Amino acid sequence: MSTPAEASPRPDGRAGTGAGVASDHRACGPCLRRTWLLGRLAGRLEVARHEAPVQAGGRLRELLALPDARLLDALAGLDRTAIERERAALDVGALRAACDRAGLGVVCRHGPGYPARLRDLDDAPAVVHVRAVAPGRLSALAGGTLRDGPRAVAVVGTRRASADALEVARCLGRGLAAAGVTVVSGMALGVDSAAHAGALEAGGRTVAVLAGGADVPYPASKRALHRRVAELGCVVSELPPGLRPHRWAFPARNRLIAALAHMTVVVEAAERSGSLITAEFAADLGREVGAVPGPVMAWRSAGTNALLRDGATLVRDARDVLDAVLGVEDGRPAAQSPSAPRRPALEPRLQRLLDAVDGGRDTVGALARHPAEVAEIVAGLSELELLGALRRVAGGRYVRRAGP
Amino acid sequence: MLARVTTFAIDGLEPRRVTVEVDLRAGLPSFTIVGLADRAVREARERVRAAVLNSGFEFPLKRLTVNLAPAALRKAGPGFDLAIACGVLAAAGRLPAEALERIAVFGELSLGGEVRPVRGVLAIAEGTARAGLVGLVVPREHAPEAALVDGLQVLGAGGLGEVAALLSGEAAPAPVPPAAAPPAHELGATVDLADVRGHASVLGALTIAAAGGHNLLLSGPPGVGKTMLARRLPSILPPLGRAEALEVTRIHSVAGLMPRGLATDRPFRAPHHTISPSGLVGGGSSPLPGEVSLAHNGVLFLDELSEFPRPCLEALRQPLEDGRVAIVRGQRTAVYPTRFMLVAATNPCPCGHAPARRCRCTESDLARHRRRLSGPLLDRLDLVVHVQRPRAADLARAAVSTSAAERDRVLAARERQVARLRGTPASCNAQMDAALLRRAVDLAPGAEAPLRQAYERGELSARGRDRAVRVARTIADLDGADRVARRHVVTALGYRHEAAPGEEAAA
Repeated sequence: MSTPAEASPRPDGRAGTGAGVASDHRACGPCLRRTWLLGRLAGRLEVARHEAPVQAGGRLRELLALPDARLLDALAGLDRTAIERERAALDVGALRAACDRAGLGVVCRHGPGYPARLRDLDDAPAVVHVRAVAPGRLSALAGGTLRDGPRAVAVVGTRRASADALEVARCLGRGLAAAGVTVVSGMALGVDSAAHAGALEAGGRTVAVLAGGADVPYPASKRALHRRVAELGCVVSELPPGLRPHRWAFPARNRLIAALAHMTVVVEAAERSGSLITAEFAADLGREVGAVPGPVMAWRSAGTNALLRDGATLVRDARDVLDAVLGVEDGRPAAQSPSAPRRPALEPRLQRLLDAVDGGRDTVGALARHPAEVAEIVAGLSELELLGALRRVAGGRYVRRAGP
Repeated sequence: MLARVTTFAIDGLEPRRVTVEVDLRAGLPSFTIVGLADRAVREARERVRAAVLNSGFEFPLKRLTVNLAPAALRKAGPGFDLAIACGVLAAAGRLPAEALERIAVFGELSLGGEVRPVRGVLAIAEGTARAGLVGLVVPREHAPEAALVDGLQVLGAGGLGEVAALLSGEAAPAPVPPAAAPPAHELGATVDLADVRGHASVLGALTIAAAGGHNLLLSGPPGVGKTMLARRLPSILPPLGRAEALEVTRIHSVAGLMPRGLATDRPFRAPHHTISPSGLVGGGSSPLPGEVSLAHNGVLFLDELSEFPRPCLEALRQPLEDGRVAIVRGQRTAVYPTRFMLVAATNPCPCGHAPARRCRCTESDLARHRRRLSGPLLDRLDLVVHVQRPRAADLARAAVSTSAAERDRVLAARERQVARLRGTPASCNAQMDAALLRRAVDLAPGAEAPLRQAYERGELSARGRDRAVRVARTIADLDGADRVARRHVVTALGYRHEAAPGEEAAA
């Protein structure tokens, strides 16, 4: 792995005195100032990243890797003196108090509690803000280095996900969390949220990395999910509290997702999806990349299918991921494809119905030929839903319920 | 000289007796109408004067005062014209006063003296009979409508001269023609499920809805036939009973829909989503029934449910809940009955193509669409049915069923309900409230389990559970079963609203 950007040890920041829910104040002054500067220059970063468009994240990552003085050179322009004056006048205690008020704990790259695996990044974040009900949650879920820390897998994908993809993401989240592997994602609409929701169902080993302040639920419609993840897992961000996300912050956030996880699994992605950036970062870091295959004609799955073509690990269910992350172990039940019948003792009429759904006749309208048989078909599908074999999704379609 | 003529005003659906008093005495010629009359009634002066003159009578050149008693009742509309004109003629000695003693008179006049159609004739005919009067003069077009009331002599008149001739005994009243059968072009007379190709799954659900009187949501992409299917729902409902038909006719008559005799078909009302709340539930400064009352004993169809403005959907709650709506205005309250089946249709998503691969709506689009639909109204839709494009092969095949066949199943199921619900306020399963539901619905052992399972998983609310039991009862009735078995409950659960995909844990 590459050398961490600023590995020279520094004295630990003053121990925190705040009484916030999880305020382990272990961030040092310089790192807090650096974070303040990122927030102060957030708008300019948006402009600067487009000035010399290289490949995804290229120019942005160069900027984020710059030390403070060079970052100011690059971005501050005419306001430089004003910004430097503000920066000199900063009260580190006030910055800590702001985090306290927002209910965020802060760890910096010079202190304990900082996930060492983030140091694999050339542009490792100076601090990580953590929203969690208990201190030390981030260390418990994704702390330490890759070798000694807890296992983590990123599950990411498109915001405009198909019902099948949501189901797969949820099932991966559930299966991985149940196996003791942390599920890292970005809490975006679609696949990300479904992965978090699955992990919450299985006990809550999940980390959400946000593109704004860790105290700001984004998207706003995921407020409830934000609260639940903070309760059972943790929500993290490298940006100061209260900051609304800028566009550049999404690919920047994706590099943290890739770095925190041993493996990045893309569930569904079209050709230019942001989750492919996450996969690219993961590959650059030498982490494993996995993808869930989709129909070759489906535009929604073009990105993931391309990843598979390029050598990504094929992921059908949580077991495939566990095999890749933990290595194939004896004693684990043999992998089973999600479409194999899990209950051999299904009544013949239900089995026929299930086969018909697998064959693409997945609505009552497609199955019924006569009004008199409608009741029986509706009853059968409903029964299969109660048995957990099918799930009803929007538009009256039934899809296979994946996984355990 | 004083003359009295009896007529009626319509208050809500209720006829209120009004006595037109005409006083004619020496003095400067004048014509005054008093008695809380609105603009249309005061304008009667000009119509009456011209009609009297143009019918070949003299208009008395004296001091003429007309009082509409009781003076405290607000009177609206042009229906008092004929009564005032008769009073003027009687006061002037051109009509025998005793001829007006035991009859009521109702109609609008044109300047030429013709009697023009008016609203609410059936209600007024009922009021006339109830008041103990023996005869009623109405516009000729309305004679069949008034003749629906037994024991009332109906005089249909085309002009003021004809009325005068009848009342003074110079002409014999023409027999009232029997109520003309409604022309075949009326909806309901021609639409039949036999016209439908494919859509077997929707027909099954329509039959359940019709059998239990359940409200129904049809969800499907544009152009697949949601409206076409909904229009055929009245054809499988039980035929209108005489009492129901009179209710329908009375409301339609008051609303000015000019029924030709007794209603024979269940109403089907399909207001456009640009309708105002008062158009939907009734209103106006002198209240008129809205679409919910016009759909009484029939079907109210709301296409593009999510496009209806929120105030309209909110206003639907009382009519759906209570089966009647009270329109309160400063001086009066009008109450209209509103027992209708609600059939709503909606696109599954904003672009209309979900769940097909063509759908390009984002999760937030879908969430917004769901939010618009959710809330109190969705809570009152018992069955959700997804309508898909029929397969090409089905379009070529014969129809899967006919209205007559499905209606027979509906009638059998309704008979079971009537027997079971005798002595309760409900007349079909959909009308059972929560308490009655527990008393009247007998769940077989094991039928409770799927309900509990869905409830514990958070897929069913307490209200949704009751809804599922009601629908299960209807499915059992169609099945001819006395107890609700597990398969009935499971089928009913298949028609509930789906939970938002991938959202349950986050919600």
